[in-house]
Formats: sequence, C-alpha cells, structure tokens
Amino acid sequence: MERFHWVQHRCRQLLAGDSGWYSAPTGLHSRSSQHRDSGKRRTVFARHGPHQEDYEAVCKNFRTNAIRTNKYSLLTFIPMNLFQQFHRAANLYFLFLALLNWVPVVEAFQKEITMIPLMVVLTVIAIKDALEDYRRYLFDKKVNNSVVRVFCGTQKAFIDQCWSNVRVGDFVRLTCNDLIPADILLLYSSDPRGVCYIETANLDGETNLKQRQVVSDLPVQGGEITPQSFHSRIECENPNNDLSRFRGYIEHSSGTRVGLHSSNLLLRSCTVRNTETVVGIVIYAGHETKAMMNNTGPRYKRSKLEKQLNTDVLWCVFLLIIMCLTAAIGHGIWLKNLKDPVFQVDGETSPILAGFYTFWTMIIVLQVLIPISLYVSIEIVKLGQIFFIQNDLALYNEQLDSRIQCRALNITEDLGQIRYLFSDKTGTLTENKMVFRRCSIYGVEYPHEENGRRLEVYETEKKDAPNCSVTLKSNCSGKSLSCHSPTCNRSSVSLHTLTSESEDEDEQSSSHIQLRASSFSSRMKEVAPDPELVRKLNWFCSSVHHLSDGSSEILPSLELTYITDFFLALAICNSVVVSSPSQPRHVVPETQSPIKSLEEIKLMFQQRFSFSPLSALSTLSPAQIRGSPYNLTRRLFTRGKAGSLTFSSPSNNITDRSNLGKDSNLVPSNMKGKLKSSAKNAEQMENDDTGNDFMETETNPEEINQGEENQATQVGPIGDDELLYEAESPDEAALVHAARAYRCTLKARSAESLLVNLPGIGTLAVQLLHILPFDTNRKRMSVVVRHPLTGQLVVYTKGADSVIMDLSETPRGAEQTLEIYSQIREQTQKHLDAYAREGLRTLCFAKKVLKEEEYDMWLMSHLLAESSIENREELLLESAQRLETNLTLLGTTGIVDRLQEEVPETIEALQRAGIKVWILTGDKQETAINIAYACKLLCANDQILTANCNSMDACDVLLEELKLEVQCGEDSLTVLTETPGATSDSVNGFILVIDGRTLEWALQEELKSKFLELSCKCKAVICCRSTPLQKSKVVQLIRDHISVMTLAVGDGANDVNMIQTADVGIGIAGQEGMQAVMSSDFAITRFKHLSRLLLVHGHWCYSRLENMIFYFIYKNVMYVNLLFWYQFFCGFSGSVMINSWVLIFFNLLFTSVPPLIYGILDRDTPAETLMEVPKLYHAAQTSKAYVSYMFWITVLDAFYQSLVCFFVPYFAFAGSDAGQLSFGSPINASALLIILLHQVIESNTLTWIHMLVLVLSAGFYFGFVLLFSMYSVACSPPTSTLGVETLQMSQPLFYIICVLTTVTALIPRLFFRAVHNTWIPNLKSSQMDRVDGEKYHRRMQQWNQANRLPVCANPGLAPSVV
Amino acid sequence: MMASSYNAKDEDGHITVSGPGGATLRSKKPENTAFKQQRLPAWQPILTAGTVLPAFFIIGLIFIPIGIGLYVTSNNIKEFEIDYTGVDMSSPCFNCSQNYSWNSTKPCTCTIPFHLDQPYESNVFMYYGLSNFYQNHRRYVKSRDDSQLNGAAGSLTEPSKECEPYAYHESKPIAPCGAIANSMFNDTLELFYNDPNGTKIQIPLNKTGIAWFTDKHVKFRNPGGNNPNLTAVFQGTTKPVNWRRPVYELDTDPENNGFINEDFIVWMRTAALPTFRKLYRIIHRKNSMVPTLPRGNYTLEVVYNYPVRSFEGSKRVILSTISWMGGKNPFLGIAYITVGSVCFFLGVVLLIIHHKYGNRNNNADISN
Repeated sequence: MERFHWVQHRCRQLLAGDSGWYSAPTGLHSRSSQHRDSGKRRTVFARHGPHQEDYEAVCKNFRTNAIRTNKYSLLTFIPMNLFQQFHRAANLYFLFLALLNWVPVVEAFQKEITMIPLMVVLTVIAIKDALEDYRRYLFDKKVNNSVVRVFCGTQKAFIDQCWSNVRVGDFVRLTCNDLIPADILLLYSSDPRGVCYIETANLDGETNLKQRQVVSDLPVQGGEITPQSFHSRIECENPNNDLSRFRGYIEHSSGTRVGLHSSNLLLRSCTVRNTETVVGIVIYAGHETKAMMNNTGPRYKRSKLEKQLNTDVLWCVFLLIIMCLTAAIGHGIWLKNLKDPVFQVDGETSPILAGFYTFWTMIIVLQVLIPISLYVSIEIVKLGQIFFIQNDLALYNEQLDSRIQCRALNITEDLGQIRYLFSDKTGTLTENKMVFRRCSIYGVEYPHEENGRRLEVYETEKKDAPNCSVTLKSNCSGKSLSCHSPTCNRSSVSLHTLTSESEDEDEQSSSHIQLRASSFSSRMKEVAPDPELVRKLNWFCSSVHHLSDGSSEILPSLELTYITDFFLALAICNSVVVSSPSQPRHVVPETQSPIKSLEEIKLMFQQRFSFSPLSALSTLSPAQIRGSPYNLTRRLFTRGKAGSLTFSSPSNNITDRSNLGKDSNLVPSNMKGKLKSSAKNAEQMENDDTGNDFMETETNPEEINQGEENQATQVGPIGDDELLYEAESPDEAALVHAARAYRCTLKARSAESLLVNLPGIGTLAVQLLHILPFDTNRKRMSVVVRHPLTGQLVVYTKGADSVIMDLSETPRGAEQTLEIYSQIREQTQKHLDAYAREGLRTLCFAKKVLKEEEYDMWLMSHLLAESSIENREELLLESAQRLETNLTLLGTTGIVDRLQEEVPETIEALQRAGIKVWILTGDKQETAINIAYACKLLCANDQILTANCNSMDACDVLLEELKLEVQCGEDSLTVLTETPGATSDSVNGFILVIDGRTLEWALQEELKSKFLELSCKCKAVICCRSTPLQKSKVVQLIRDHISVMTLAVGDGANDVNMIQTADVGIGIAGQEGMQAVMSSDFAITRFKHLSRLLLVHGHWCYSRLENMIFYFIYKNVMYVNLLFWYQFFCGFSGSVMINSWVLIFFNLLFTSVPPLIYGILDRDTPAETLMEVPKLYHAAQTSKAYVSYMFWITVLDAFYQSLVCFFVPYFAFAGSDAGQLSFGSPINASALLIILLHQVIESNTLTWIHMLVLVLSAGFYFGFVLLFSMYSVACSPPTSTLGVETLQMSQPLFYIICVLTTVTALIPRLFFRAVHNTWIPNLKSSQMDRVDGEKYHRRMQQWNQANRLPVCANPGLAPSVV
Repeated sequence: MMASSYNAKDEDGHITVSGPGGATLRSKKPENTAFKQQRLPAWQPILTAGTVLPAFFIIGLIFIPIGIGLYVTSNNIKEFEIDYTGVDMSSPCFNCSQNYSWNSTKPCTCTIPFHLDQPYESNVFMYYGLSNFYQNHRRYVKSRDDSQLNGAAGSLTEPSKECEPYAYHESKPIAPCGAIANSMFNDTLELFYNDPNGTKIQIPLNKTGIAWFTDKHVKFRNPGGNNPNLTAVFQGTTKPVNWRRPVYELDTDPENNGFINEDFIVWMRTAALPTFRKLYRIIHRKNSMVPTLPRGNYTLEVVYNYPVRSFEGSKRVILSTISWMGGKNPFLGIAYITVGSVCFFLGVVLLIIHHKYGNRNNNADISN
C-alpha cells in the first residue's frame, strides 16, 4: 500500500517537473485559508447541545469529516490531468515536436504520426493516474463509510453514523480497538482514572501505547457525558499539522477555564486500546485533522547520476543541433546548385530559407536523438531495482519481520557512490537494547560481576558453538542460557566481545508477535544482582527482626535510605507503561493485583498480625514482623531527611500514619469488587512475591536449572509475574528491569498513582503528583510523588550526569554530613568516569524532599503555565527548572548498550570499500572512543587526535597543531614504507576525536577549511557530544566542500537532521520510534545490512543504471545517424527511407524493453564476490574519469555502427532499381539486430528473461513490419509499405545484407572487449574466476534448499547447518 | 484476535488512514525464489580472447566462402549499359538533348548502335537509368495521392493537398496528381538486332510484368471500378502538365492503361538513391536453344523527350540478366571476403593475445 503511494507520488512529482510543484497537498492550503478570517482560534460548541445558535454560527467554517484525496472527478479528469502532465519537460518537448510537424514547410512525417509518442506517454500516464485516483476514491469511500457511534440530536442517543457525516462538535463514542474518526477531545473514559490508551502506529509507526487524559475539571463527573449537559465552550488553535501540540482551553458555563493540551486529544486514525468506552467531542474533522494535514508524500531527491546524465543529454542536444545545421547548410548548397530540376516541387524558395526550414524538419526527423524516453526508462528501472532491494532476503529481519523500506525511489544508484558514511552510535552501531550493567549508590560501587559475566556468556556461547546454537537455543529458555558454559570464568567484560547474539532473544521470546507488540519489553532484561547490594537490601528487609532482636548491624542507616530511595527512583522515575504478556496491551490494572493499601499494611503492622488471606502462604511468621518494619523504615527515612538519628515518638508516628492513610487512599473502592475473577491468579502472584521476598532458601524448578548460578539469581524475578514494560527510551526499561531484579518492582501505573512492590513491604501505591517529562534541553526528567513510607513530598530526578552533578548541591546541615555528601559526590564522579571509560551509558539519580508549602507554591505557578496557550513550552520549562534544584545525589547507573551483530565486520568492509566512516554521537568522549574500538573503527596502532578546546583561537591553534602532527606522521609513514621490510600492517591511521564544543568552533566559517583539511587526512572522525544540528552541519560541510556522496545512518529523532542533509539518508527502524525512518530514504533494521545494501545493491544499481544510460544513448545515436547519413543522398531534404510508423515505434516499442531488463537484471559481479571483495565498490567509484570518456567511446561506436549499417546496404543497392523503402528495409532490420546483439555483448549476465525479451523484441518488429506491409494500402502516405517487406524478405539479398551488416558492425566492440578483458585482467574478472562456476552453482542450490533457514545469509554457515 | 490485529497494524505503520479490519497474518519475509533473490541461472559471457576467438574463426570460415560464391554469381551476370544523355557533341542524341521543352510537338529520335560481346542466355531485363535525379527528395516523395491512385472517386476529382502545386491545372483536377507523376519518364526505347545479313529485326519487348504484383493489383486501381471506358472515367480531369497524353492513353491494352499502366507504376515507386535504374522492359527467352540476345550488333532507337540536362543528370539504358541475388553487384562478394578475412586475421591476433596474456589471469589469481 505504501509503496503504491510512493509510486503515485513519484509520478505526480514527475508530472510536476522538477519543481515539486504539485507535491504539496494544495487542496489543504486553499481550504484552510477559507476560515483564516475567523481569527487564529477556533471555537467549538457541542452540536445538539444547549448552545445551538452559537453552534450554527461557528460550524459553517468547519469542514466535515468526509475526506477526498482523489484529485479528479469524471468531468475534470481529462483537462486537469493533461494540464498536469504538460508540466513535465519531456512532454512539452514532445508537444513542441508534434506542433512543429504541423507547420507545412517543415513537416517531416504525417501530422498524426508525430503525435503518437506524445499520445502514448500521455495515455499511459493518464490511465495510471486514473487508476490510482480511482483506488484513492474507493479508499476514501471506504473510510468515509466506516461506521462510528455519534450522538444524534433527535434520538437523544448514540447511533451509528458514517465517518463522513461526523461534524465538528459531534459527540462520538468509541470502544476498544476502534479507529478514531477525527481529532476528538476526550471528555469521558470508562476508565475510572479518566485515562484512555491509544496506539499511534498509523501515524508514526510507534506501537507502544500512549496515554490520553480526560479533560480535567469537567462539571459533569461520572457517567457518560451527553451534549445536552455540555455547556462548555472550547477554544483552541486552528488546524495545524503538529502532532505533538494542541493548545486551547475549555470554558465552562461557570466561567472557569481549563487548559487543554495534546494529552486530551485523540488523533484521527489512531486506535483506542485497553479502554472500554470513551466519549469525546470532535474538534477537527476531515482534512483538518492532524493526521490528514501530516499526510505528505515521500520526498524527491535528485540522484547524482541523473545530474551527470543531464550533461550527456546536453551533448546529445549539441550533437542534434550540429547534425541539423549540417543538413540545413547542405540543403542550401545543394539547392543553390540546381536550376529548376523536374523533381523540385516548389522552385521559388531561396536556398537560405529552404535551409532554415530543413533545420526544423531535421529536428523532427532526428528527434529520438534526445533520449527523452530515457528519463521514463530510468524511472521504471529504478522501480525494478527497488523491487529487488526490497525483496532481498539478506536484508530481511526475521526477528522483526520487516524488510528494508525504500522510501526514496530515485536514488538507488547513489548507494553505489558513497564516499563518506556518518553514523550515529546509539541504536545504530549498538542495539539500543540497554542492559543494566552496574551501579554506584552512596558513593559505593557495586560492580555486578555476575551480571557482567552473564552478559559475556552470550558472546562466548555464540563463539563456542555457532553450529549447534540453533538447536540448543530452541531448547533453552532465557534463564537457563548460562548453563551452556558453566566453566566460563572470565570476570572482566571486554567490549570487543560484547557483540550481541540477537537470535538468543529471538528464540526465547515465544513468538514474534509478542516481541513486536512490546517493543522494549524484552523479558531478557533480567539483571543478575550484585551480591553485596543484595545483602544490604536484605538487611533492610530483614532488619525487622534484626532490630527487634537487638542485633543491629553496623551498616550505616543513611546508606540504607539511599539504597531504598535509589531503587524507588529507579522504579518510578520514568514514563514506563506496564502491561502483561498474557493480555497484551492491557495495563495490568489495580483490579488485578492484590493491593495492600497502606490502610491494610498499617492495620497489618499495628495489629502485629498478618493473616490476611492474601499472604496466608507467606513464610513470614507473625513473630518475625514483630519489630514493625514499618516503624523502622519510617524512622530510617525521617532520619535520612534530617540527617540525624532521631527516633520519633509513637504518638507522632500515629498521626503521621493517619495523614498518610488519607493521602494515599487512592485506590477506588469499586475495584476491590472486581477482584473476584482474578483472585486466584492474583493470590498466586502475591504468593510468589512475598514468598520470594522473604524466603531466601526457596528454590523453584527454574532455579535448580541454574545451579551454578549462585545465590544471586535467587532473588531474580521469577516466571509468572511477567510484566511487560514499554518505555519511551530503552534506558528507562533497562532501569525498571534492574530495579525489578532487586525486587523493587513497578507493577502498574495510572495517571495518579504507581503500584510499586518493595522488598519486605509488599505492594504499595505511590501517589504520583507530577511528571516533568524528559526533554533535551533539561536532559533530565523528574517525578513528584508522595513517598509511600514517609508521606513526604519527594522529587526524584533522573538525568545526564553532567546536569545532575551540577544541580545536586550539598545540603545544609551538620559538618559531618557535609563531609559525607562531598565524599559521595567525589566517589560517584570517579565511578562515572570509570563507567564512561568502560563504554557504559551513565545516568544519575537524585532526590529532593519538598515542604508542603514549597510544593503548593510551585504547583500554583505550574498550573498557570500549563493552562496558558502562548509560550506554554517555555513556561513549563522554566517551571520544571524551578523545581529541580538543590538535589541530593543518590547514585548513578551504568548501562551497557551492546553492539549490534556484525558491526565490526560491516565497518571493516565499508572501510575497505573506500568509505570513510565517521561517528557522530551525543555521547561522552570516552564512551564514543570505546565503542569505536569495539566496532574496530579504531585499531590498536591508530593514533588518536583529541580536539577539545574552549575558544575559537584555541581551536584554531589546535587544528594547526593537529595538522602538523598528521603531517609528521605521514612523513614518517612514507619513510617507513620506503624502507624495505616495512609491512603495511604497521601503518598507523589517524583518528580525530572532537567534542561538540570544539566542533562548534571548527564549523565556523574561518576554521572550516582547516577542519576539513585535517579531517580528510584522518582515517576516521569521531564527533562526540554533538547536537543534532551539528551533526547535520558536519554532513553538509563534507557534502558541499568535498562534493562527494555522503550517507547518514541513524535511528533516533536526533539523527533526523543529519539524515535529511546527507545525499542518502538511512534510518534504522529500532527502538526509538519512527522519526528517523520517516525522514530517511531507506530504512533498515540492522546496521549490518548496510554492507549488503551498499556493496551489493549500491554497486549493482550504479553499474546497471550507468550501463543502461550508455546503452540508451548508444541506441539513439546509432539509429538516428542512419537517417542522418541518408540525408547526404537525398539532397539534405529531410527525407527518410524508413516507414514513419516503424521509425516512431522503433524506440517506443521495438527496442524499449531490452534496456529496461538490462537495467534491472544485469549483474556485473556476483553478490558473493562483491561482499568478499569490498574493493570492487571503490573501483566502481573511481571509474568516474572513465565515465566521461566512455560517453564518447559509446558515441563513436554508435557512429561506426551506423556507418556500417547504412553504407553496406548503400553499396549493395547503389545504382540498382531499389525503391526508397526497399532500401530502408534491410537497414532497419539490421539496425534492430545490431542494437539487440550489442546488448548481448554488453550484458554481464544473460538469463532466460533476457533471452525471451530479446527474442520477443525482434519477433515483434518483424511481425509488425510484415503485417504492416501486407495490409497498409494507403494508410501511410507517402511511405506506404505495401508489399515492400514481404518482397524484401523473400529475397536472399535481404539476409545477405543483414548478416554482413550485423557482423561488421559488432566485430570491433566484440574484439576490443575481448582484448580489454584479456589484456587488462581487472580485479573484477579475476575475482569472478575465483568464484568459479561450479562452486557458484552448488552454493545456489544450497540457497534454494535452505530457504527456511534464517542464517543462510551467511554462506559459510548454511552448509554446516544443513 | 488481539494479536492478529496488531499484525495488521504493523504491516504498514505509516500515515495512511487505514480502514478497520483487514487483519491478516502474513509474514513480510521476501520469497526465496531465484528470481526475487536475483539468482536466476545466467550465462555470464566474460568476453576474453579465449572465449571470443572461436567465433572469429567461425565467422571467417563462413564468410569467405559466401563471399566467393557471391562474387562468382555477380560476375556471371551479364550487363550492358549505354549512356544516351547526349552531352557529348559526338553523341547521337546530342541534338535531341539541346531542346529543353517538355511539350515539343515534334518528337526527337536518335539511334544508338552498340555491340554485345557475349550472348545473353536467360531473360534480359531492360532498364532505363537516371542519375543525379533526386527522386527521394522529401517534397517530391510526398507529392502524390495514394488514394487517388487506388481508384478512390473522391480523390480523383479532389486530389490531396500533398499534390500541390500539381493538384489542379486550369482549375481542373490533375489525374494523376503530384510531382512524381508529373515528372514521369517519357522516353521511348526500342531495340533492334542487326542481323549479320543486314536486316534489322525488332526485338519484342514485354511491357507487362515489370511492376510489383501488389502494386499492380492492390495499390493501383483505375477509378470507376471495372469500367473499361477509361476516357469516360477520367472525364473532368486533366493530364499532368508535363505529359503529352492523358493517363487513359498510356496504352491501348485496357489491362495496362490508366493508373495501372506498369511504366507509370514503376515510376511511382520512388528510387532510394539519386542514381537509379528502373525496369523498362523484359525480353523473354523464346526457347532454350537460342540465346535471348545473341552476340552481335544492335541498335537502340530512342524517342528523346525527357530533359535531364537542367539538373546535370544523365540517362542510360541497361540490359542485364539477373541471378538469385539480383543484378550485378560485386560489392557484396568483396565485402564478405574482406570481412571474413578480417575476422580470420583478428582471430589470429586473439589467438596470439590469448597465448601470451590469457593465462595471466590465473597467475594473478594464484599470487593473490
């Protein structure tokens, strides 16, 4: 479907010429301007509501929900389509020729005949347009007639209505899995929290659920809302295409205004999920919806070869003019020497005027010299090439069930000319499947060695047993993976071996569907906890009885507070959506998990009695909780806050608790009623939770499997409380999973509260007061919650280390604590540096305790900011910054982002192919360098040049110095290589590492050239800490100043700029949404696909297209010259010896398909060779000089062939009684044979398709001319072919001439090609010999047999698996 | 049900408003066919000296015999040509060639004696040849009305615009119209055999069978159906300006009169090149014992009407026998022999190259 849309868009682009004139949805602009006069805002009242008059007044300007994407109607089709088609240069050229032929003095052919090419092109495109438009029409009709329940004013109920009848102001009721018909403001949701989930896959391809919120403070609460009771007025902005922004307010009858934002808006074409019923009022309908306004087609890029082609075409024009001038002058001279001959029809015209007329006549006669049809052919060929790229099995990702997407249809051959590759790091080189690796809390490092070992196990297993891995993996579950190599005792993780084995995950997830449905919810994410940390946490859990027994350990309580807070922050400071795999997409609601409300817990502990039915099986004996953990933890936290150890009095305790109960009484009572159905299941879950929490010796069957895995895994989450976490970023998911490993489990989330399972305490509801979402400016996010245990208002902040370290200040307090804090900071910083060196991604956590008044004050201003329409973003940012101050640093985490599979190999192959690989990343320098090492961009003996400086002058000096250094290095290199015995392995490359700040200076106008010079000398460049804008600037610099083909590859929104700037933009459909893919030209799923895409498909597409273009030019020049030579024997009068129908059809029908097949199917080198010898890619690139003289060689050959093709028949017929057409017949036939056989010589591969097409082309020609010569009596004056061909073909002379002509014409090319291939055995042919035929054949058979194996892309692996 | 609907969603996750439903579980895995994976078994012609060399030898070996055959055939064809333009003062037709007029009432005749060295055994074809006559001029070629010549009544009285300025004369439509018809060759050629005993025997010249069958029977038709009274049929039209007689008086035989007169048909098929010949008469062989044209002296009597001096052209009469490959033409034979020899020579060159450099590939391979 989408491909179809691109094609159609592409055609539209073509029609519109190069300007892209039609590409904008023009209709929308004109329509939206209609109601621009009604101000910048739109006011919406409820239809059928109390404000009927107001509604009538405003609704006139709004469009209905009916959409119309078809461009034409029956009446307007022909004029409009023609109008659009004539925006194309090619068609205008044809039109010009056709019109020229209507001028009597220059008329070359019958008037009708020159119309044929034009008519054919116009008709073909018109039919295609009509079909597409009709399909669009049907599609619109289908969409418009979809049914939705709309409130009807007369029946006072929701009745079924077509989408097209929905109007702005209508009330619409949607149920689960309904498509949303228009942009709807959410007014009611059956969800008690007023939440509705939507899936936006139709809009942006993201499959994770988004939460939408009912408009707050509606006067009518509870129960479904109806228009009659809806007295409010909605003011919002006019329709725009910004999907993420919606601003407005709703004014109730009471006069209060409530701000509206994008989380209140349900967007058209999204799907309602997990919510039974929602009701909303339509705000934007039809073409004014955000989805429709975003509906722009794919983009159009001009490929480099196309630009180069233009110069060739200009040469053709030049050639044409020369030929026409020759004819014109020749005709003038010829005419001047004649004195009233009998054969002169109109003797009066002067030679000069006659020559002038001849010029134009010749332009008509020789029109095919301008290969206008070439442009059409190139389009078709590229479509064919794209078809094959998309169907390549090696570019298919089994795991995600996705192929490569080609979004730009016309730059396939650019893939074959890439010189610079700019790559993002995260998600592009790495998997962007973040795995928690280690952490540091309270300044204490927890190395998580077990965890590291576990991660490494993947790799060793992959290395040790690649052959049996397929069978093994299917048997083992994720948890027992490590048992394959129990003897593995490597303790340190080397990044080089961290390349992932994605198939592991593939096998472990029971089906693709679930995996796909939950993008980040890989159940693989368990973390093997650090024993030390577990011990500390357990101490916390069991401290109850320790304390009660009086045997308190010497663990500092402050640290314990930190640890608990840290894990709480890990679990709740995020925007993760929780769901369970058994019911995909359904949030595990509170109704399903056995909640111990605080009330209950309180009760439980107060009575020192824990026989609630839910914890009946708990091994926790009543005696054990005698010490009241609640009290303890409470004490701990209060102490942590105050920084001193003060024991609160019991009375104080009680009041606090009652407060707390009031605050956290969030769980609606009606939920408990619904418990029954899932009670059993829930019970089980609870058992496991509590059981696991408190019983460390308990083992379950799965744990027995991993006997070698020591106690660390025992606390890991176990089988049946499988929760799926869907996070906006993979880091978040990794952290939540990490928290879960320490039994700090996020169990459910709603808009106002979070359910967290804490070790030793059980499930708690945490009141969520605010989320300050992540943004790139702040580089952090925060949540404001009421602490479940202390009842305090706490801000947890998570963010980039630099930001958090700056914001966290030493708290006021005693000297001693001050010291502690500064020590923590110091230690943490040290750990951070260590993590970065190891290539880990770091995130810092901090908290802040708010006073109630403080919070109230902030809340006031924040609400103000939220409800403002203008400058809302700025105000919100400011407000968030006001809150995130004076933070207390809790700790930091290190997250491993494993390299994607085959990344080092791919990068090496690309480098060997002569492509310079640059890494542009926003990460830290150390991390970037480490990843560069890991992916073999950097070798051990490469020299790293680091550029970090603070000012422009410093940068200037630095660049100068580095240049010198490189110069010295190069000099020494040359000395080194000159000395005998120096192997090429010892050659050092230079790697420039530059950070964002320095890059900013280096990109300034003054330093640009120096930077360029330096970077050109370097093997690779790594730009770290770079912003999206800088990324695109770097790409632009290289693209414009070195004028080479650039390719940018990235996966996230921050790569969009770069992807769009580069000549070829590649998006990796990964973990970070679809923005990169949406803006890319090609979308792949793994980085390793790049090598095949470039080395094989790029090479093929480029050489195919290049060869086809030359062939096309050759064909035209060769054929047209036949007519030109004839002019020397007909007084340059513009006469032709070939029937004009055949002449017109020759290019259009007889010889049009073979070049297309040639351009689509030709393989100059087998794919295996191209992959094995990346140098070939470079060889194709450097043939550029060769290309320009190839053009002239081609033209010269065409001249030679046409000379042979004309003069052999000429001498054979000289002086004979041959008529004009009899003379042309063998010429035309042999021209056809020469042209077809020429292609056979030029083709690198000939399959049955080639053969079929060639035979059919020839057969078609001969069939056509024979039939034509039998049945055309007077239909093509003056060149009626009646009897000509039949007579000619019955004579042996015809065949004698054809054979002689064809052979003579082709001998030189055949000879020189043979000599060339023998004399200069280029890399290509020698490599082709290497992959000898038999081996190739065998491999091919294997390929066909092994079609069910996903691994057969790797030729080495396929046989062994079979 | 849920799972399947997700699948449908993922299938095209783009900004398309997709209608509800259409949930199909289909993997997007490309088909593993030889075609789609671009692995069709292919013949890969790596053209090297070794592979191409046999082709050159074969071409050489085939072409040279063909060339010899063609050359011999061509040489066996007997051809005799007389230029009777009369440019030279000594030429018998010099006087006739001096008056330029198309419409001179007094016919000018000239007699040209000639001698045949060899007897012409088979049927002899008699051609007239013109040179420097651009019958292939674009404007000239177009100047005809095929539908008039095909007997369409409407076109007879209203000739096509293409015929201008030879469509109407004195406001009467011209039949046949156009420049081609107007400039029809109108010399009369007669051949006499001078018997050794002094008598002059006129050689019977066959004037039918010289046009193409399709032209005579399909393309050219007299108007008025089968009405034998051509005078009546062509009533209301006028003869072409340069013609002496109207079209219905070209011949007395009704099967060879009007538009289907074969001399006219032959003329109307425009020649490809400015120097051409056109079939004029056929001399049929009477019996196998006597040669068609025995060795000896002949006289050609020409009624000299057609002016060629204005465009520096020339007129010839050609007597020729023909073979399976047409008239006498040594070019093809020579060309075949030449090309065959060149191919053979190139084959030798390739052999040397192959011998010297052909193995370098493999050596290079091994050293790699």
